Amino acid sequence: MNRNISFTINGKSVTLLVDVRQSLLEVLREHGYTSVKEGCGVGECGACTILIGNTPVDSCLYLAVWADGRTIRTVEGETRNGDLSEVQQAYLDAGAVQCGYCTPGLIMTSTAFVEKNKDNTSISRHDIKRAHAGNLCRCTGYETIIRAVEQCLTPEKPNQDTHCKCKAESGE
Amino acid sequence: MAVGKSVQRKDGVAKVTGKARYTDDFSMPGMRVAKYLRSPIAHGRVVRIDTTRAEKLPGVDGVFTFHDVPKNTFATAGHPFSLDPEHGDVADRLLLTDCARFQGDEVAVVVTRDDMTAHKALSLIEVEYENLKPLIRMQDVLAHDAPELHKRSRNLIKEHAYTVGGDYKKAIEESDHLIEGVFETQIVQHCHLENHSSYAYMDDMDRIVIVSSTQIPHIARRIVSEALNFPLSRIRVIKPHIGGGFGNKQDVILEPMVAFLTLKLGGIPIRLKLNREECMVGTRVRHPLHIQVKAGISQEGNLNVIDYDAVSNTGAYASHGHSIVSAAAAKTHYMYPRAIYRCRARTIYGNFPSAGAMRGYGSPQIIFAVESLMEDAARKLGIDSVDFRLKNAVKPGDINQIGKRPIVTAGLIECIEKGRDLIDWDKKRATLQTPQTGPVRKGLGIACFSYLSGTYPSCVEPASARLILNQDGSVNLLVGATEIGQGSDTVFAQMTAETLGTSYEKVHVVSNQDTDVTPFDSGAYASRQTYVTGQAVMRAASELKDKILAYAGVITGMNPGELDIDEGNIVIAKSRQTAVMSLKDLSMDAYYNKNRGGQITSEVSCKALTNAPSYGCTVVDLEIDIPMCKVKINEIYNIHDAGVIINPLTSEGQIHGGMAMGIGAALFEVLMVDPDSGRIYNNNMLDYKVPTIMDIPGLGSGFVQTHEPTHPYGSKSLGEPPVLTPAPAIRNAILDATGIAINELPMNPKTLFTHFKNAGLL
Repeated sequence: MNRNISFTINGKSVTLLVDVRQSLLEVLREHGYTSVKEGCGVGECGACTILIGNTPVDSCLYLAVWADGRTIRTVEGETRNGDLSEVQQAYLDAGAVQCGYCTPGLIMTSTAFVEKNKDNTSISRHDIKRAHAGNLCRCTGYETIIRAVEQCLTPEKPNQDTHCKCKAESGE
Repeated sequence: MAVGKSVQRKDGVAKVTGKARYTDDFSMPGMRVAKYLRSPIAHGRVVRIDTTRAEKLPGVDGVFTFHDVPKNTFATAGHPFSLDPEHGDVADRLLLTDCARFQGDEVAVVVTRDDMTAHKALSLIEVEYENLKPLIRMQDVLAHDAPELHKRSRNLIKEHAYTVGGDYKKAIEESDHLIEGVFETQIVQHCHLENHSSYAYMDDMDRIVIVSSTQIPHIARRIVSEALNFPLSRIRVIKPHIGGGFGNKQDVILEPMVAFLTLKLGGIPIRLKLNREECMVGTRVRHPLHIQVKAGISQEGNLNVIDYDAVSNTGAYASHGHSIVSAAAAKTHYMYPRAIYRCRARTIYGNFPSAGAMRGYGSPQIIFAVESLMEDAARKLGIDSVDFRLKNAVKPGDINQIGKRPIVTAGLIECIEKGRDLIDWDKKRATLQTPQTGPVRKGLGIACFSYLSGTYPSCVEPASARLILNQDGSVNLLVGATEIGQGSDTVFAQMTAETLGTSYEKVHVVSNQDTDVTPFDSGAYASRQTYVTGQAVMRAASELKDKILAYAGVITGMNPGELDIDEGNIVIAKSRQTAVMSLKDLSMDAYYNKNRGGQITSEVSCKALTNAPSYGCTVVDLEIDIPMCKVKINEIYNIHDAGVIINPLTSEGQIHGGMAMGIGAALFEVLMVDPDSGRIYNNNMLDYKVPTIMDIPGLGSGFVQTHEPTHPYGSKSLGEPPVLTPAPAIRNAILDATGIAINELPMNPKTLFTHFKNAGLL
């Protein structure tokens, strides 16, 4: 059975005819939002994380029909007028990108977290970790992802190491 | 200067904006879906298979079984071809089988219009199996009456035995202490975030085009040709961005099948992509090893001899099985090269998913055993763990006993010292009581490694690079080496910029390998690309520079020897200030002057005839909650001698990722196979404990930069080594805290509970 749904994605209104059995992940990828990656299809890995409203959601577990009337953000929409978002830039600066497959989902999780906590001065490393616990990454060991988020929350001190002695010694 | 700087990775923007395209992000009109029918049992013969109902289902293009596939067995390991047949890979695989050898073995495949039809079609295939006894435990596999997994194999793939460095018997007799241990390592899975995926179609020249998530496009091309008896020149393999591999994509897994299917079905585009549950069992895993180790040590703490006997279980099909354990043993000898080594290694089959290449290629298992035993030795002699290793560690000028060549750069001692200082070893050691009491106890641990930079002289090490001067004065770099997330494109661009004298931004790397376009290279494995391909890149950049300066001489009438390139300008070499012309102006002349010039390019294809050992260690400070059987890592550092670091930021990333994978294998990860039935319990990422961000502690790293003379920029391997030592360092710290030696992996609460209970701690 098919049904028409309407939603806003990355600031644009769209209406699509979808099979009611389809996940939002499948529908988004079919319509060219290929930043949304499938790593497991059952909500284990977070590679398909998008924002619905301001909430990170595994789009593989979210039926497309539930998106009717919602506002969706994917990483494709985070670059404005050619400028990377603060979180995208922080991921590059911190070296938080390797194979890149988990990156779009992680960036959306970080974006929601950073926007929510922009003015919160008491965010700890543990808070950052809790917020990202639904996104698996096999390349980075998560260290640089935490640094990227820290950079967004303390932009005036981008290189400050706030957590422990564990920052690498520079090879330079 | 571009080398040594943390420049932004070449693929960085593409990846943070979601523009980077992976295999699944491409599609073609009319593309069909292929899906395997997998065996529900671990060992059994197919006695009847009926596909009639599946074939009749609307939307089904084809159903294929063992009866339809070519009957020539092929080898899947992603090695370069060996001219020596004795050294070749084991050809024991068919595209589809009539004998299931693991739970999930591929007995049929359907091609349909969509996923749902594929699932329906699979459910309509009727299969009857004759059950055979699953062989999982080593003793079952090697029992005299065990059925053979592969005919005439006796379930043994290969056996190696050698002694190097001197008189073994004498060394044992002269040792004051003999320390022994038996170690068991588990099955680990790579868990790259992008599952295996390939599609294929036939182009307008009747050639098979395969797009695949592979680390080894050029090798995949040859293996598909072998598997299908199809001319190699009519096969083209394209590798887009790939979402991690860690060795699991250094094997041909889907490529021969998609090629076969499109060939069978008139060239239509067909996609075969594994879901996570299939990927966990239907690709490759890390070999579980059973290792008996013995060490002979003098009263002063000198390591005289190491003797190990390792049995590696490669699972259902050989894949890399025959080479893993011997390669690992050989690489370990560089660590304590003044000792005599005796090594016996056997590789056997078993009814579980095939083990293949995985980051570290057997070394994590061997080093777990060796470095655990070194700890036991230090403790028996009452020598501090750090001091014991400092006493025995490699020094420059030591001779590697296998190749009988001197070891030139060896920063292991400095790595150990740096690790000791970073973690404040001496101070913490002085404050730790022994033995400790109470429910929460603290421990310090260290473990060292040696590794190599490529596979020479075991295997050939080919690499190629092509450079083209563009009309705007920038250059395009084409390599057959593959970017799989480790950052190889970035370091190759840095090397090019460094040697050519242009800026990093002006070097464009053609990142997607295409066997029709990018020159030959065997691909991403063995931590080889920076070291091996780097040599081709440097030579190509030098050649391009010479050609550019020669052409500048033609244009200006100046002596090319007096010219140089600096920041994209031709300059007078002596002054470096005076720009003679820009590279753009020179290039436009070369392209468009009616009477001279031509496109300026260079191409180098060469082989590495050297190999350089890299070194390092892990130091860890942890505490263990005995009633909870839980380990908490307070601090952990990996220190590496990887030669000159080309890009500190991406190098640090390699270390972090390897450490996390090492910690995962140490504390959490195991693919659970029922030893009686061969049933796999946890083929998904919830039940298989791949570490989340909550599980990984803060990760620290450091470098000891030696300058390796066999590499043009002084560099050595870094991709795999970080995974090697976290597990033994953690094991040694647990021993430090509790007095209990855990000689098996993973050291998860279940394992710790058993050991603590047996020791009376619980």
